[in-house]
Amino acid sequence: MADETKREFAWGPREENVLIGKDIQRIDGIAKATGRAKYTADINTPGTLFAKLLTSNQAHAKIKMLNIEPAKAVPGVRAVYVFLTAFDVETGESKEIRWDGAPIVAVAADRPEIAADGVRAIEIEYEPLPFFVDEEDMEGAEKAQEETGEKRIKKLPKSSKGDVEAAQSEAAVVHTGYYGIHTISHCCLEPHGSHCEWDGEEKLNVHLSTQNVSGTPGQFAGPLGLEQSAVEVIGNYEGGGFGSKFAADEWGLACAVLAKEAGKPVRLMLDRATDLKVAGTRPSGFIEITIAADAEGNIVSWDSNLWGSSGMGGGTVSPNQIPYVFDFPNVDRNATGLICNTGPNRAWRAPPHPQLCALTQTAMDDVAAKLQMDSYDLFMNNLQHVSKAFKERSEVYAEEMKIAAEMIDWKAKWHPHGKGGGNGAVKRGLGMALHTWGGGAGPCTCLLKVHPDGSVETFLGSQDLGTGTRTVIAIVMAETFGLTLDDVKVNLGSSKYPKSGASGGSITVGGVSSAHRMAAQSALWKIFDLVAAKYNVGAETLSAKGGQILSSGKPVCSWKQAAALVGPMPLEIQGATEKEGLTSSRVGGVQMVDVSVDTETGKVSINDFVCVQDCGLIIDELTARSQVYGGMIMGISYALTEERIMDNKTGRYMNADLENYKLPRIGDIGNLQVKMYQPASEYNRGVVGLGEPPVISPGAAISNAVANATGVRVPVLPLTPQRVLDALQKGGAA
Amino acid sequence: MQDRQQTGGGGSTVSRRAFLQGSSVAVAATAVATGATEVVAEANKPARLKSAKAQKVVLTVNGKDHTLMIEPRVTLLEALRNDLNLTGAKEVSNVSNDGADTVIIDGKAVYASTRLAIEVEGKNITTVEGLSEGKNVDEVITAFVKHDATQCGYCTPGFVVAVRAFLDKNPGANLEQIHKGLGGNLCRCGTYAGVTAAAVELCKKGGA
Repeated sequence: MADETKREFAWGPREENVLIGKDIQRIDGIAKATGRAKYTADINTPGTLFAKLLTSNQAHAKIKMLNIEPAKAVPGVRAVYVFLTAFDVETGESKEIRWDGAPIVAVAADRPEIAADGVRAIEIEYEPLPFFVDEEDMEGAEKAQEETGEKRIKKLPKSSKGDVEAAQSEAAVVHTGYYGIHTISHCCLEPHGSHCEWDGEEKLNVHLSTQNVSGTPGQFAGPLGLEQSAVEVIGNYEGGGFGSKFAADEWGLACAVLAKEAGKPVRLMLDRATDLKVAGTRPSGFIEITIAADAEGNIVSWDSNLWGSSGMGGGTVSPNQIPYVFDFPNVDRNATGLICNTGPNRAWRAPPHPQLCALTQTAMDDVAAKLQMDSYDLFMNNLQHVSKAFKERSEVYAEEMKIAAEMIDWKAKWHPHGKGGGNGAVKRGLGMALHTWGGGAGPCTCLLKVHPDGSVETFLGSQDLGTGTRTVIAIVMAETFGLTLDDVKVNLGSSKYPKSGASGGSITVGGVSSAHRMAAQSALWKIFDLVAAKYNVGAETLSAKGGQILSSGKPVCSWKQAAALVGPMPLEIQGATEKEGLTSSRVGGVQMVDVSVDTETGKVSINDFVCVQDCGLIIDELTARSQVYGGMIMGISYALTEERIMDNKTGRYMNADLENYKLPRIGDIGNLQVKMYQPASEYNRGVVGLGEPPVISPGAAISNAVANATGVRVPVLPLTPQRVLDALQKGGAA
Repeated sequence: MQDRQQTGGGGSTVSRRAFLQGSSVAVAATAVATGATEVVAEANKPARLKSAKAQKVVLTVNGKDHTLMIEPRVTLLEALRNDLNLTGAKEVSNVSNDGADTVIIDGKAVYASTRLAIEVEGKNITTVEGLSEGKNVDEVITAFVKHDATQCGYCTPGFVVAVRAFLDKNPGANLEQIHKGLGGNLCRCGTYAGVTAAAVELCKKGGA
């Protein structure tokens, strides 16, 4: 036996890695690019019926009359389901419909077009009720509350420290500004939905487009009166989630009920409009800030009044996390949630950091403008105020700022706000922002098998949202056993596999990589002991590399010969998240952007956009960079074009389609550069998640660049041409 | 998985009311012209559109003929996905502007949800499934994997087909042409950097 004390779970020396930290192509890339990967929306088991929904066209109403019989009479319609959240069929009593797009009836039919006929045949009459949907209008909400007596205003806890008034009176500069960021929808390209198939009365198989394979069976079983063991949730491929796909959802249950009633499998995917309206939004935030600083731009006080809405929940972005990243000596914070008849919010990638960052760091940049300071210097000077909780990251921020500034040539390109001169109507400017996130390892268990023929596989109830989860697991196993990616197999996406946490909050990579390093190292040590006994070498001298077992660097036997020593049955090891020595948490990250603003049309274009991002030990640099590119591009989207537009007169979501809900196209993103910050100190602290951080800074960075270009702050995101032109007109520039 | 069985529709009568319901412009115009409120009331009732009869449609997809019995209103995308189980092309919007449903029809990139299946009888349709056979894959697919031009992967097959069609017509395109030529495809995860790198590399090779 080897000396147990030397057997600690750890990553190997960086320079010896064959796969870890390299650019590794994702192992499901071919399946995705050939169209062979089967998503929930692609499941076509024989006899599958198609379901479509009747949804509310009212923001707030009761149902006066609902007649589903005409739908049932349409030839080819097999089952009709009335949502319990809308109408009680037994008592004929309406529930309160509280937002546009709320599901009311689901119809399953032989073909999608027949299901649509069924939906059209339904007779429904509403009794409209008063509604309020303008999340930016606090006065309007107060007025609506007075007029109707319905609660529209929710005061959120205040907080304060130090003496803001005294700090302001002694400050060199006091700036007051208004800022905001509108609600957006998740817009997963694969809509929310499921394919449900019963195996007899008591067993339900669900293909679910989900971020939460292990956590959703109970959400089906409970309401359906099944034992949890009777439900299997399968999610091999998911077409986007971004925080909106953790639940079975009422339409998932509807799909299961329809399938049972029809005695056939049913596929129910939300239509695009409904998906945008009810399947997840990110809360809005609007804020008045008074911020005071000394002559060097050191911020001494922060006074803010925040409001916004998360829909009927009456929340807004977390008031206690503002100011974001920084914590100033004197702070007064006040916040109000507006209760609006708008679709419910769900976690949206890095909740609610993108809004916090946009609201905080635009105001900080305006202090730089007021002092005619270089924004870079203002942010650098204020690193002394990085929040206590992650103070130790302030040195990393400083390093990252230096690298980012070099990448974008900040010093050469910088000009004071509005002083760029430039080429006629088109003005250029620079902006920056910085962000933080936790990203500590989440819970994961796995069952790793080394078969006697040397093949290796693992089973876990996790999911790969496109972040590269499968690939990361394969790399960890192959690296540990000294094998190639082809030698190892990753089985995920079933709730029957060992449970693994939901994928949200950048916690997956730490969980799955540490669980597999732990399991693989444990397996390898057992095999080393067998090899040591058989070949009469010291187990502590053994290593696994290039498909061989080596003793002090000299080949002893092949991997296959070693694996055969486990006997006729596979060696099975349970792995579990092992934070100690393998993972860490808390990242920083800096973004800088160079934009052009056409002051005649109001159009903002991205020229260069750079991100320097730390995330501890990187397992696959190729897919890690992709996460950062993706975050930057989603950020460009909500910074420039993307927003939910509510109609105050009808209470309806006006742009619930992909023509008018504007996402950037391939030519709209400029030149992106990503630098993964990875000195030895990062490698040594282990794996930290990366999905959220890069999406946080773009709103503030791009807004700051526009302010630098034009000398005028466009206060509310997204910076649409209309808002840019309005701000220019008001600011007297252009 | 096997192909789905086709099922037929019903009769084919289109009533005046159903016709009006199908065209809000016509309803408004009639209402204004006649002032007849009953017309509006009538039109506001749920329609009783009856399906047209299913008919025989032969689609030539990836070099093979497939005979389907479908209603005239079935789109090419629905026929591919639901009748032929060719699910590489995805439905993202009800009527596409996102490109996830891109197929090649007689050499041209087309959104499959904007064509009725009956419209494209006799035409050569290539779907993403036609760009690979076993381990033998189109160079566009290889380039997508190399440059990690995929994350969740839902837009990827449509993008692959769009790049293939674009390269066939513009084998030596520059960056600006690539951006314009691929502007019809939407990605939410943000794979544009990878897609651009893949397309640029292929254009440098003369379209591969």
